[in-house]
Amino acid sequence: MTSAPMIEVSHLTKRYAGRTALADISFTVARGEIVGLLGPNGAGKSTTMRILSGYMPATSGTARVAGFDVFYESEEVRRRIGYMPENNPLHNEMRVREYLKFRARLKGLSRSESRERIDTVLEQCSLTDVSRRIIGQLSKGYRQRVGLADAIVHEPDLIILDEPTIGLDPHQIRLVRQLIKNLAGSHTVLISSHILPEVEMTCSRVMIMLDGKILASDTPANLQRFMANKGQIIAEIAAPANELKFEWQQMAEIEHYDVSAAEGEFQRCALTARDGIDLRPQIFALVQARGWKLRELTRSRHSLEDIYVQVTRANEEEEA
Amino acid sequence: MRVFLTLARRELGTYFVSLTGYVTLAAVALLCGWTFCVMIRGMGTASFPLPVTELFFQSPMFWFILLIANAVITMRLYAHEKYSGTYETLMTTPVSDLQVVTAKFSAAWVFYMITWLPFLGCCYLIQKYANQAGALDQAVLIGTYVGIGLFGAFFISFGAFASALTSNQMVAAMISLLMGMTLFGLSYMAGPGFAGATWQEQVLSRFGFFEQMREYAHGVIDTRSVLLLVSLTFLFLFLTLRVVESRRWK
Repeated sequence: MTSAPMIEVSHLTKRYAGRTALADISFTVARGEIVGLLGPNGAGKSTTMRILSGYMPATSGTARVAGFDVFYESEEVRRRIGYMPENNPLHNEMRVREYLKFRARLKGLSRSESRERIDTVLEQCSLTDVSRRIIGQLSKGYRQRVGLADAIVHEPDLIILDEPTIGLDPHQIRLVRQLIKNLAGSHTVLISSHILPEVEMTCSRVMIMLDGKILASDTPANLQRFMANKGQIIAEIAAPANELKFEWQQMAEIEHYDVSAAEGEFQRCALTARDGIDLRPQIFALVQARGWKLRELTRSRHSLEDIYVQVTRANEEEEA
Repeated sequence: MRVFLTLARRELGTYFVSLTGYVTLAAVALLCGWTFCVMIRGMGTASFPLPVTELFFQSPMFWFILLIANAVITMRLYAHEKYSGTYETLMTTPVSDLQVVTAKFSAAWVFYMITWLPFLGCCYLIQKYANQAGALDQAVLIGTYVGIGLFGAFFISFGAFASALTSNQMVAAMISLLMGMTLFGLSYMAGPGFAGATWQEQVLSRFGFFEQMREYAHGVIDTRSVLLLVSLTFLFLFLTLRVVESRRWK
């Protein structure tokens, strides 16, 4: 059983009345991986997570967590997951420690186990100071960490976090992100987000979802490499625009160019090379030969954002 | 069992940290005390013709409390959790649907019984100061509380059912009020002296709740009534369980 992948989803489909939320998706997640589900709102991320956590059934297809079917062996699955839903619902009238104790006991921890684990997670999530405060009076950052503490209190094999950093300020986002990173290794983590840098920074693998389908699944680095081949070169050169255009037309390696006026005498050139050739030495040589002034020469590295936009746009065009 | 106790304790705890809980407690205490005051003033120095409990249940206050308090006690059971989203976190822990349904019902019922403690106080005061043998004895008090408990269980079970149907507490309260009113209508029709000829009328005659409660308050525990109330309670608990399970069929 231990060799089984943590999550095994095959041909999963979910239809709500008149709308398909998930269209025949399949993927596996190995133990110890941190996987990010990325996609715009309504792409099917939350639906996937709800099915995996056993909250709602799929229309067709199967999903297994740690070898257990999420529908037929729901209780076994729920014993092994820590799930934090979107918007992180909490019992506002309870105190932090009381809430965690309640949750730990529900998840089957004994009195002494729960006491020990609660101390550990309070520490881990920097909640020790507020452990006696009422949850409803806490700031959003604290509430989010209470939700996380709840998700990990019973040391689940799989942690599912739906939009864990939504609505937090940058400092709090960093804290939560650090917390998720610290979970790596001992736990498998599945997080969803529509914020790209978040996934880029925390996850070892990214799955891009759109309209209930998985469009791409790879490491952030691989997705970036894939995009780098289509990378653009930005050069700001002080030269007459028509001469620049003429030069770019002459260069066989340039597939596409765009020249626009920057401030002063400078022209901003965005150049796309054929086959991912690095044009920078050639451009530098040209500028030197003509005696122009050069103030910027960079190859744009694609962030996950570009990949995301590109992948989702390509898909939309295909459909249109 | 551990899960059941954990859940029930939290459910019960929420009544004591919310304003609604205390308002319910205060309202029931007020209505009880008021009814007793009116009763004793009306009597003057005359001796009690009937046990005090029976006199109490001749006033409509009991039914008023049953109807309103139960709607208020039960409306948040499921509806509030669904609305705030904690239902999702609850249902993704390894708890069974049966544990959830029974724990919520038990907590609401225990709270309902707590709201009836002032009534016990009123009875005690009368026994202590009226000094009349016919006013109150143990059998009458036990019968009364069995009646209160059974009617409460039935009303709470359909209140919980109403709450499980929706994510809006107001809607839940309306549904349970409507069901309660319907039952009162039936009880009114099946008043004293109602004898059924057709089978429909015979069924209806079993729903004479006002008469049944009068019997409990008189210290008579009628097994027919007990059986009816217990089975109706189980029926609604079963229906609630089906509603909770239904999220797996959708």
